[in-house]
Amino acid sequence: MKNLLPKLPEHILRLLLVFLIFLGVILLVRFFIPESFREHKVQIASAVEREKAREIKFAGTSACATCHEDQYNLKKNGYHKNLSCETCHGPAQGHTENPTEIKPPAPRDRKFCPVCHAYNASRPIGFPQINPVAHNPLQPCITCHEPHDPKPPETPRECKACHGEFERTKELSPHVLLKCTTCHVTPALHKVTPWSVRPSKPTSREFCGKCHSQESTVAKTPKVDLATHGEKYVCWQCHYPHAPEVE
Amino acid sequence: MDRRNFLRKTLSFIISLGALGSLKEILQVIPAVAEVKNGETAKPVYGMGIQIDKCIGCGRCVEACKIENDVPQEPFFFRTWVEKYVIKKDGTVIVQNIANETGAETVPEKDILRSFFVPKLCNQCANPPCVQVCPVGATFSTEEGVVLVDEKRCIGCRYCIQACPYGARYLHPTKKTADKCNFCYHRIEKGLLPACVEVCPTQARVFGDLKSMASPLVRFKRMNKLHVLKPYLNTEPKVSYANLDGEVR
Repeated sequence: MKNLLPKLPEHILRLLLVFLIFLGVILLVRFFIPESFREHKVQIASAVEREKAREIKFAGTSACATCHEDQYNLKKNGYHKNLSCETCHGPAQGHTENPTEIKPPAPRDRKFCPVCHAYNASRPIGFPQINPVAHNPLQPCITCHEPHDPKPPETPRECKACHGEFERTKELSPHVLLKCTTCHVTPALHKVTPWSVRPSKPTSREFCGKCHSQESTVAKTPKVDLATHGEKYVCWQCHYPHAPEVE
Repeated sequence: MDRRNFLRKTLSFIISLGALGSLKEILQVIPAVAEVKNGETAKPVYGMGIQIDKCIGCGRCVEACKIENDVPQEPFFFRTWVEKYVIKKDGTVIVQNIANETGAETVPEKDILRSFFVPKLCNQCANPPCVQVCPVGATFSTEEGVVLVDEKRCIGCRYCIQACPYGARYLHPTKKTADKCNFCYHRIEKGLLPACVEVCPTQARVFGDLKSMASPLVRFKRMNKLHVLKPYLNTEPKVSYANLDGEVR
């Protein structure tokens, strides 16, 4: 260096060195640190691109329907019509890309259906639930129920087929000899579409009064004066008819 | 060249250089401006609606989310999770994540006043506290209103995990970066539903564009009485709940 630039004085050389270092740092920042580290907008754009590029694992119901038309048509009118295929069969994007090699599993044992249909006190009222211990033990669910169009295997004849809890409560109560239909008017359609057609409940005080008013001729029932007892309320708003209190 | 001429020429040279430079800047900026303006009108704003009285607590959403987003299987890493609320007759409230329910105390049914499931996930707040606190700008809101985490930028300081009032974030144990629900961003931008919405057997989760009148979410918002979690924090969540119980925190 000194041989090449002998005429330059020492202090100028030092200044040149400082400038060279500055230049080096600037070039380093410019070309070696990627732009996404310097510019927030560029960083966001590249992060979004990275996020978009991630692998999809659940293909979606419409992808299944293109090949499995039979099952799709069977399912679309049943109670499971809103269920995605992958809810039970698991992620199937791999299957759509390579249908012969990758096969999504079909849960056929007794463990799977109770994930949704086992009785749980926190589940919403009306959701079909069973007690997995008492409900046809050891039988796989699919021997009686077609999972793509689930129905009770036969139309239940008696109320207790579905409403066993009420039946068992009633059996221990003074109302044991009353039939469900004595108090509930049950349309025939209730057995086919239990959710949309519902049985009635007594709407008047006089209905219970047929046995429990002072004018009633039925023997050995507790009697009250309908005019003064219970004001405006229908009897079942205070007394539970499936297990009425006994004095 | 005299002194006056020299100064004039130097000055005009500098000015013209500056003008050239700013012209380049302007040329760069104009298409960007146009892009942003188009984006404002065309981009959807995503949201989710959750119907509490439809959730059966089956946990399919949690499982699907873990598969789709490579969330570790251990029951303390969640992008979405389902809480079981049990309100007892004596007024006490028990909240239990259904994924680690085994071994937890079971309340006898006769002590239960009411009980229900509440699915939870990142609320994709319009005023996200997590974005405010991030020291390196690794988490941000996209134009669609989804809050994303840039895992290349995140330094794993856990500040955002502390800041989230909904407990929606966790530190990914292998990546060592913050992770959370992003509405399955890679799915929704291809027109698919988020994995949890896709597999929900009872349609307890509704997903859609808040701006489009045709989206199922707008119908959901029209038909239900809605509530968001912790509205007093003014985070303006994009996840709204129908039939939410007052005990839910």
